Amino acid sequence: MGYKDKAKSLTKVIEMKNITKKFGNFVANDSVNLDVFKGKVHALLGENGAGKSTLMNILYGLYSPTSGEILINGKKVDITNPNIAIEHGIGMVHQHFMLIKPFTVAQNIILGREPTSKFSVLNMKKAIKDVKEISERYGLYVDPNAKIEDISVSMQQRVEILKALYRGAEILILDEPTAVLTPQEIVELIQIIKNLTKEGKSIILISHKLKEIIAAADFCLIIRRGKHIDTVVVSETDEKGLASKMVGREVIFNVPKEDKKAGDEIFSIKDLVVKDNRGIVAVDNLNLSVKKGEILGLAGIDGNGQTELLEAITGLRKVESGEIKINGEDITNNTPFQIINKKISHIPEDRQKRGLILDFDISENMILENYHNYPFAKRGVLQYNNIKKYAKELINKFDVRPREESKLTGTLSGGNQQKVIIAREVTNDPDLLIAAQPTRGLDVGAIEFVHQSLIEQRNNDKAVFLISFELDEVMNVSDRIAVIYEGKIVGIVNAKEAKIEELGLMMAGGGSK
Amino acid sequence: MKLKFKEIRKALYIFATEKTIGFTLIAIFLGLVIGAIFLAIAGFNPFQAYGIILRGIFSKPSYISYTIIRATPLILTGLSIAFAFKTGLFNIGAEGQYIIGSVVATAAGYFLHLPLFIHIPVVIISAVVAAGIWGGLAGYFKAKFGVHEVISTIMLNWIALYFQNFLIYTEGFQKPGGETSYSIQPTANMTILKAWKGSVAGREWLLQHPFWKDLLRTPMNWGFLIAILMAVLVWFILNKTALGYRLRAVGFNKFAAEYGGINVNKNLIISMFIAGGLAGLAGALQVVGVSHKVTLIAAMEGYGFDGIAVALIANSSAMGCILAGLLFGALKYGGAKIQPFMRAPSEVISIVIGSIVFFISIPKLIKLILTKKIKKGGTK
Amino acid sequence: MMETIFSNFALIIGTTLMYSTPLIYTSLGGVLAENSGVINIGLEGMMIIGAFAGATLGYFVGNPWIAFIGAGVAGGIYGLLHAVACVSFGANQVVSGIAINFLGIGVALFLSRMFFEGATMTKSIPLDFKMPRPLNGVFPDGSFLNIILDNQYATVYVALIFVLLIWFFLYKTKYGLRLRSVGEHPTAADTLGINVIRIRYFAVIMSGVMAGFGGAAMSLAIVSNFRPTLISGHGFIALAAMIFGKWKPQGALLACLLFGGSQGLAVFLGQFNFEISSQLISMLPYVITIVVLIGFVGKSAAPAADGIPYEKEHKY
Repeated sequence: MGYKDKAKSLTKVIEMKNITKKFGNFVANDSVNLDVFKGKVHALLGENGAGKSTLMNILYGLYSPTSGEILINGKKVDITNPNIAIEHGIGMVHQHFMLIKPFTVAQNIILGREPTSKFSVLNMKKAIKDVKEISERYGLYVDPNAKIEDISVSMQQRVEILKALYRGAEILILDEPTAVLTPQEIVELIQIIKNLTKEGKSIILISHKLKEIIAAADFCLIIRRGKHIDTVVVSETDEKGLASKMVGREVIFNVPKEDKKAGDEIFSIKDLVVKDNRGIVAVDNLNLSVKKGEILGLAGIDGNGQTELLEAITGLRKVESGEIKINGEDITNNTPFQIINKKISHIPEDRQKRGLILDFDISENMILENYHNYPFAKRGVLQYNNIKKYAKELINKFDVRPREESKLTGTLSGGNQQKVIIAREVTNDPDLLIAAQPTRGLDVGAIEFVHQSLIEQRNNDKAVFLISFELDEVMNVSDRIAVIYEGKIVGIVNAKEAKIEELGLMMAGGGSK
Repeated sequence: MKLKFKEIRKALYIFATEKTIGFTLIAIFLGLVIGAIFLAIAGFNPFQAYGIILRGIFSKPSYISYTIIRATPLILTGLSIAFAFKTGLFNIGAEGQYIIGSVVATAAGYFLHLPLFIHIPVVIISAVVAAGIWGGLAGYFKAKFGVHEVISTIMLNWIALYFQNFLIYTEGFQKPGGETSYSIQPTANMTILKAWKGSVAGREWLLQHPFWKDLLRTPMNWGFLIAILMAVLVWFILNKTALGYRLRAVGFNKFAAEYGGINVNKNLIISMFIAGGLAGLAGALQVVGVSHKVTLIAAMEGYGFDGIAVALIANSSAMGCILAGLLFGALKYGGAKIQPFMRAPSEVISIVIGSIVFFISIPKLIKLILTKKIKKGGTK
Repeated sequence: MMETIFSNFALIIGTTLMYSTPLIYTSLGGVLAENSGVINIGLEGMMIIGAFAGATLGYFVGNPWIAFIGAGVAGGIYGLLHAVACVSFGANQVVSGIAINFLGIGVALFLSRMFFEGATMTKSIPLDFKMPRPLNGVFPDGSFLNIILDNQYATVYVALIFVLLIWFFLYKTKYGLRLRSVGEHPTAADTLGINVIRIRYFAVIMSGVMAGFGGAAMSLAIVSNFRPTLISGHGFIALAAMIFGKWKPQGALLACLLFGGSQGLAVFLGQFNFEISSQLISMLPYVITIVVLIGFVGKSAAPAADGIPYEKEHKY
């Protein structure tokens, strides 16, 4: 039974017809159609940048479509701002949470619909009561008086869902809701979704993760580069079928990698303690080592000390105690300059914040760590001829596009920005290459390139330390996997023998040494 | 006719893309229009007023000379602020650095007794270094204690002002009977032909040559050339040296600079030192070339604040600072003349300058006017 | 002996209040604008417009309250200019603020010359038409309270009331909650149907009104006319006080009192024939501020979206 037959027996709550959205010359959505049914979960599948979020922002009134129409419960509506969407019972949980950090949970939930007494004075007592009520009704536990900046990511997500329910949402849009959750928390979320559909709510689930769509959704709309590809009944397909539709070709799930025996230990961390910005211990007596010719993957949920660990290694954050060594030399609390000179390179987790100077052109970015050295500078004066020549070489070797060394890096696509960083860092010929979230936000082609680059380093007998929140990536690329939880390494396993359930348990703090 | 207008508008639109000279020229034009509107509403003929201003700038050699003399400190404070902008800092403190520069120049010019060709460089260098330290202080407070440079430089401006006034009331420095300091030694004087102009032979020669007489009436000096030299130097440092690479990297993205092994804090201090030195140079040149002393100041004189406008109009480009400084100096000097000649408020110049800066802050508006996309509101 | 200490102390408190008042209004204006996410470096220019409007209206109308309110309105209209640039046209807020300052002094002096026969100084307001001093003669002569409050103009009390009002507005009402949400995370506020544009317009215009009051508190109370150097840097000091006060009304109040206090101390010490120059004493407030800021531990707490223009359809 195909999609069309199944759809006939159901009640349509939303119809989006021939939606097109252009940003200047860029077409983000190209004649996309979407139907959502009462009490059902409709997934929206596509790669990063395929136009999923744009489509949902149109439904929620944040963007107005260039053409096309939207029907809710059979009636044509014009959603020009979120207020109208809210009135029609649409609620949205954004991928990047729309929460105001210094406000409390209750303040965030009531914002825009505040219970008041006379003269618009806030009635926080009633607000807290209301929040408690709906949170109990749907089994979404939160602490109404806690500040957002002090609560966990999964509680923040519950706050976001409550925000929508507080406004009487009948249709909930969840934008990449699992990106920040542990495998166990994902199971809980899927349960929450099931509870909500039981109550008659409809869900639109945006995701690029196939497993979750299979587990949670009834239908699935697939879009690629803004174009409507297909709508399928989830129970009639599988991961491979969805994936090939999403990418437009067969997808290799495993990165080809030859076996290789690791060499001597080259990099080690002993009893490392590092504090976060608030002065709380984020890396707690951590021990770790990387050998020549291996990729050590660090798995863990965002916020378990990865950022602080990375910054401590690279000299960007103070080490409280412990020891970091490369090639037998102590580099604890050295400056970034000294550490770079000890042959450690680093692909940073935020390429736009740390990795590139977006207002510099490609050639200037290619020499970020070497601008003062010959042949790029002579007696303090930059040698632009040499710089350009060098940049051209790297652009060709690493296939950066466009092939113009004078293009500002801010104008490049995410994948090409990452190529600039990788070109620079790999060409520095490091003994240890640290790669943090190296594929975040990239499309499939660029991801393959990044993974190949890391494996090539390893095959050249260099050490690679990969930090990623994507468990699949860690499992596919690494030789060994260490799991970090609350600033400690809670387990190290060989990648070949690793099981996802076991890793997931460790990532949630339930593992044993 | 209508079609032609459309074409002109299209050409202007291409001309005026953000951050180009074309865009700046349109902003300047609109600023002059706003000034004209003010004059017209107040009952003055704007064409007559702008005519007087133009003649007041160009019609005599001495006028041109005065314009250049007026522009010199503005070019330098503009450079100071532009330099800081390029490295991500907002130097509101050019005012105070200027004061420190002029005070130290006066002190070195008066107390030291040195031969001519040594005295002037010593005076200038000591003023530049002192003002550089004054500016570097704000950089240090930011680097070491995280004090925002906008607040610390505002405070340092006032401290500098009262420091100058304090010195003027200090015995040995204060010229008896006046609220001013002693004048600098003749060996520290950079005004061209100052001694000769006053001599009998000089006076006689000048009587025969009215052009030179008019030109040399002004305290003409080498300051303008030094300012141009500085603009070239600033351009060279920022764009062609490793130091400039570091400073710009810190200015554009301090996180990436830090990641790349650049010492952000050290470069903050260096940047503020150089910015302070440039503003201090403005003060020093004013003393050795024009005023030869410092006087009691009741309120900020505004060289630093005017420098902000110069830097903004120049879009922080070093060469642009020369042109913007000349424009500002010319408007200020020429603009003052509409007061005596037609009793029109010369403050219209502040309105013109303010409007130019205002239009520069909103490139979107100019684009909107040129594309005539004024449909609903303006919020895109 | 004790008595003189007491009365000297009272005198310092009195001058502190007097000098702080214009700063309090103005920095409250800064608090409003910046909590909604718009940097207002143009406070100085707005203050100048207010001071000029107050002095001019005071002279021609002869009623200090009408003049005071008129100064607020003038400041508000002038603030609208900053709002249009920053909110509707996504201006660089610092640059726009600088422009506002140049325009402020230009427009005020231009109009002064028009209204006062070419003079850049407005004519003095007769004593009877100045701000009243509500507690004048209420307390017995020479008593502690008398020394503090006898000569305080009504603007002082109004300023303190405004601190309370704005604190209450920001933290206890729904509109305050919304205003702060817009300054922290405008996109989040927008997704909840809050009109970011309207709130920012309101906040920036109100900041102009408050700065206008601040200027008038100078020209209608502390002195009785407007002149070119009347407001010279006060707006910037108010801005510094707001930052110093961590973007909170109560913090701004304390910071303004610190400035006013050290100025009061300078005036007080200036009466005696000390060995210390009065110029050095005048430096004191600024030195103290730097010292306090240096010793001030903890990060500054600017609203997260302060200074970032809000564009509805930017691609993220």
